[in-house]
Amino acid sequence: MSTTTTRGVAQPAPAKASSARPRRGLRGNPTLNFWLFTGPFLIGLVIFVFVPIGWSAWLSFFDARYTVTPSHFVGFDNYKQILTNSNFSGSLVTFTVFAAFIVPTTWALSLGLALLVHRLRFMRAFFRSVFFLPTAVSYVAAALIWKMSIFNGVRFGLANTVMSWFGVDNTTWISNPTPPWYWLVIVTLRLWIQAGFYMILFLAALQNIPPELYEAAAIDGAKPGWQTFRYITLPQLRATSTAVILLLLIAAYQAFDEFFNIIGTKATWAQTPLMELYKTALGTDQDYGAGSAGAVILSLLICIVTLAQGKIMGFGGGEK
Amino acid sequence: MSAMSNSNFSRRSLFRAAAGMAAAGTLAACGSNNGRGGSGGSGTQLTQYFHAYGEAGTEQALKRYAAAYKKADVSTNWITGNNFESALFAALLTKKAPDVFEFHPQLQLVKSGQVADLSDLIDPVKDDFNPNDINSHTVDGKIYGIRMIDDPQFFFYRKSMLEKAKVDVPTTLDELIDAAAKLTTSKVKGLFLGNDFTPIQNTLIWSAGADTLDAKNQIAYHTPGVIEGLKKLRTLFTSGHVLLDAPTDFWDPSSLNQGLCAIQWGGMWSMPAMQKALGDDLGIFPFPKVGSAGKQSVYNGGWSIFVNAKGKNVDAAKEYVKWLWLDQKQYQEDWATSYGFHIPPRTSIANSATKLKSGLPAEGVKLFTDYGHFDNIGFDQTMITAFNDVIASSVRKSGNPEAALDACDKKVNVELKKLFG
Repeated sequence: MSTTTTRGVAQPAPAKASSARPRRGLRGNPTLNFWLFTGPFLIGLVIFVFVPIGWSAWLSFFDARYTVTPSHFVGFDNYKQILTNSNFSGSLVTFTVFAAFIVPTTWALSLGLALLVHRLRFMRAFFRSVFFLPTAVSYVAAALIWKMSIFNGVRFGLANTVMSWFGVDNTTWISNPTPPWYWLVIVTLRLWIQAGFYMILFLAALQNIPPELYEAAAIDGAKPGWQTFRYITLPQLRATSTAVILLLLIAAYQAFDEFFNIIGTKATWAQTPLMELYKTALGTDQDYGAGSAGAVILSLLICIVTLAQGKIMGFGGGEK
Repeated sequence: MSAMSNSNFSRRSLFRAAAGMAAAGTLAACGSNNGRGGSGGSGTQLTQYFHAYGEAGTEQALKRYAAAYKKADVSTNWITGNNFESALFAALLTKKAPDVFEFHPQLQLVKSGQVADLSDLIDPVKDDFNPNDINSHTVDGKIYGIRMIDDPQFFFYRKSMLEKAKVDVPTTLDELIDAAAKLTTSKVKGLFLGNDFTPIQNTLIWSAGADTLDAKNQIAYHTPGVIEGLKKLRTLFTSGHVLLDAPTDFWDPSSLNQGLCAIQWGGMWSMPAMQKALGDDLGIFPFPKVGSAGKQSVYNGGWSIFVNAKGKNVDAAKEYVKWLWLDQKQYQEDWATSYGFHIPPRTSIANSATKLKSGLPAEGVKLFTDYGHFDNIGFDQTMITAFNDVIASSVRKSGNPEAALDACDKKVNVELKKLFG
């Protein structure tokens, strides 16, 4: 990503200086072109992202119950309230457990898929598409399929049918939190949807590794397989890996759809931070002040984790 | 990526951008399906919010009634999904808030000035309503909503399955747990209480001889009887004799109809569909009593229509609500008896509703009158949600019911203080 800006690609000389013909005005004016093409996106970004963020930060200092245009300033009371709310801190724990598992698993699975597809001699495009396709499915639709047909609790559910071949009794996958089978439901769903997308990122990175490196390594006596992978491929994928892990972490923080649709809000477990905020702000309390305070805290957490991760893994520091 | 830094746009890329914008325009057009039936009546525009009723024909019926109203152009938002209350509450804050919406009587809506006083509309016909339906909507002598339908909830069972397993209709919770065990086979579970057990939370309280709130609006659910009931529900939950993770929830008749369970908690609205699927192999009974001090109970739920007091067209909305839910008796009867079965809250309509006069529907009406408990307007959504957590942590998880109820008390007391000072 950063390469386009930092590398200082030789900007094509503006053509308008040489030819002053009016018909070339649109094609030749980089500033106009820039605004023409980024303008609509920027307007959307400002209206739908920056204004709500600012509004939310403003709301978090007000007593905003049943209103989004409050007038009663309460200082840090909302922050105090949300931080002492055991549900919110509990949800942060839920998220941490979830992220600690889903991030490495998705990373490994998508890297594995990428390596497999990369080595294919034929039908590569086909398999690439097959693995990528689930990305196009919405979380809500997938959650309903997972909940109602694959992991439903009756004997003809897909998972229970398969289990019955091995003589295992019907399992209650979702309603019964002990043992917590619901994690299996949620994790498989997320892996299915996400792995293909990150596979594409890894595939692109794999194709960017110069073959000379492998040749040189082979000449130096590196064994193909694990050794080459460990000392050539993996270090070469470092930038992509960092980006993928970062994206995965943010996606995990934002987990909502599948938890909301599979677990629901009538449970005391597996409630993600966003679900808690949803319940606070949009639930029966309609407490937009506390909800916004929670959102600000969550954003700060994401920023801190991102920066820390960048520090540890050297993201954004340019190529060495 | 690198192509982007090339400012020498080709004609093709311009074309591509144009095509993208056109596609975006098409997508935006998709969003305009708001249920407004074309350019109907002129003048006032009204919006009404309804949750998606499961029975076939309900949505069309509602839109048909609305279309028959000439004084305003009424559009219907039919909210699908299982969180109607969040969708409704969120919408009420916006500029596009509904003018008219259905919900249950809840005090916080009155206290926050969200719902309009409808006393002047209802007073002339007040005597025609079931007094309970008036009481549950009355705060300080003012009536804030019009009951459209009363929906008793009780158990439905397959007579043939109980006979085969030699099980009598349970009258105590112990007998119910026992029956669930005897009725469970490799293919059929004995009992279905909804996927998360929350549908029976109120009847559990009533059947244990307790109540949600007492006459002084203080907590009345925290009793030894309720704790005993919660403990028994926990054994039931883990027994393997209840149907869980069913593809449909308690409000849908499918679980019983498809033979997934022998006894199902449900609402009277499901009765026509069950009778169609099972014929005479169908019986009903109230929630059995819990403990020695308990007595059987039925939850008289239902839906009421409210006018958004903060809306732009309060008077027009009141006029519409009066027209449809007070004047148009044929629509009210159609709504109550033509799709699912509901009990009309108005005596005159209930008396003429022949479908509810005989057979199983008549038994349902009897359970409604003999065992029914109505909503307490003071026990609002926050408190209901707090009790959902009790079910989650002490029935679905192995938490201590006493501790769960203590946690619930805390939340309920905060809310009570907000409502009653």
